[in-house]
Amino acid sequence: MNNILVIFKKQIIDTFKNKSILLQVILYPVITLVMEALVRPEGMPAHYYTKMFSAMYVGMTPLISMTSIIAEEKEKNTLRVLLMSNVKPWQYLTGIGAYVWVIFMFGTGVMATAIEPAHIPFYLLIMGLSAIVSIAIGACVGINAKNQMSATSQGSMVMLMLSFLPMLAMFNDGIAKVANFVYTQHVRAMLDEMSFSALKLDGAIIVAVNTILAVALFIAAYRKKGLE
Amino acid sequence: MIQCSGITKSFTDKKVLSGISFDIPDGQIFGLLGPSGAGKTTLIKILTGQLSFDDGSAMILQRNVRHLSGEDRKKIGIMMDQFGVYERLSCYDNLKIYAEIYGVPKERIMETLKLVGLEDSAKKPASSLSKGMLVRLQLARVFMISPDVIFLDEPTTGLDPVTQKQIHRIIMDKKKHGCTIFLTTHNMEEAAKLCDTVALLNEGVIVDRGAPEEICRRFNHQKKIVLHLKTGEDVELPHSKESADKIRELMEKESIETIHSSEPTLETVFLELTGRKLEEED
Repeated sequence: MNNILVIFKKQIIDTFKNKSILLQVILYPVITLVMEALVRPEGMPAHYYTKMFSAMYVGMTPLISMTSIIAEEKEKNTLRVLLMSNVKPWQYLTGIGAYVWVIFMFGTGVMATAIEPAHIPFYLLIMGLSAIVSIAIGACVGINAKNQMSATSQGSMVMLMLSFLPMLAMFNDGIAKVANFVYTQHVRAMLDEMSFSALKLDGAIIVAVNTILAVALFIAAYRKKGLE
Repeated sequence: MIQCSGITKSFTDKKVLSGISFDIPDGQIFGLLGPSGAGKTTLIKILTGQLSFDDGSAMILQRNVRHLSGEDRKKIGIMMDQFGVYERLSCYDNLKIYAEIYGVPKERIMETLKLVGLEDSAKKPASSLSKGMLVRLQLARVFMISPDVIFLDEPTTGLDPVTQKQIHRIIMDKKKHGCTIFLTTHNMEEAAKLCDTVALLNEGVIVDRGAPEEICRRFNHQKKIVLHLKTGEDVELPHSKESADKIRELMEKESIETIHSSEPTLETVFLELTGRKLEEED
């Protein structure tokens, strides 16, 4: 537990010095609040931007943050030093994952200020759970990438698919069919309803299958490459 | 403290270590000398349990390196050839991470920074440090946990002579405190100065080992003495009674400026044994 806390604290100290992570975390909340406050065309559904950007936020920020932190530590050799210092790989990944989840939920909390207070628990629950899937996928990419450059290119492809599919699905039926198999699309659908009664079995199954796949991929990547 | 017997390691079809054997007693500095690619870093990784090996046995602190526990690892300090520091964090915060992992009191952080001469840079981000300061920060990370055994992988490579001297002083200071130090280097002067025992490693095989001066003596085939005279002339004399008489005569005339032995250096011994230089040019 101590080692997980040390890793978590290290990341917290690094937050304000690591501009790329900081930007990842604050970009969508700021854009959301600005758009909700300033761009309100007639007939637009309530909290349109919050719902749209939330699905993009959950598909992008935890994934890219996780990927870039792991890749940087591998490239700079700090990860090897940690592992030589008796930090177990699972402790490291838990510490980093917990950190990414916490900063993501901080940003989510900021975005939640744009919606009605009654909907906030549902919103935070959906975002919090789906972030775990993104974190697992981000860890897979981070483990697989040799360095930061390859992590960025690999992570960007996955991130673009996860975060933009729900938006593109609105304009194209073909894309919508594909997007139905991706958890971010169902996150988007659930956020559209913004109610616990909106939790449907098919959506829950897709999210669960996505979670299982992400964890399986993570285990396979870890077994194949470890953290070195 | 460290015992190795018949260590063999291959990567795919290439054998990188073959039958490596040695013992390092407590409190000694052991130097592993060899050119780049000789297998020095691989051996450190094996001895610290980071890498498995194909054959042989290795013990450290009376423990099989294949089964080192968390407690055992707390007694082993490792400094590898890459820095492994958090560049955006300060020197203090870099050490604080490891102080918390190892349960070292916070006061030790500043004490250790002082030991390596970085107390004035405690709040500076590691990215602003020079190469020599980064090495000292790495050494601080190793020393802070007060390990019984320290592995240093080429700690002074690429550093200026002044910084090298500072680092040698720190290493010798640790030896005085009873640490056993395993040092890899391709700097034969460094090895001769610091090490109680050295092993010469070439293409994964130890070609000779012993105290640096003992190895040099053993390869002193020339057995000559060189006299540098006040006239500027150099006179080479073999080890013989006639030479002793000649030296006495020259000394009585006060003609001798300096007297030199013709013992080989570790570099020349290595060259003789392997046909390769320790520091090969690219």
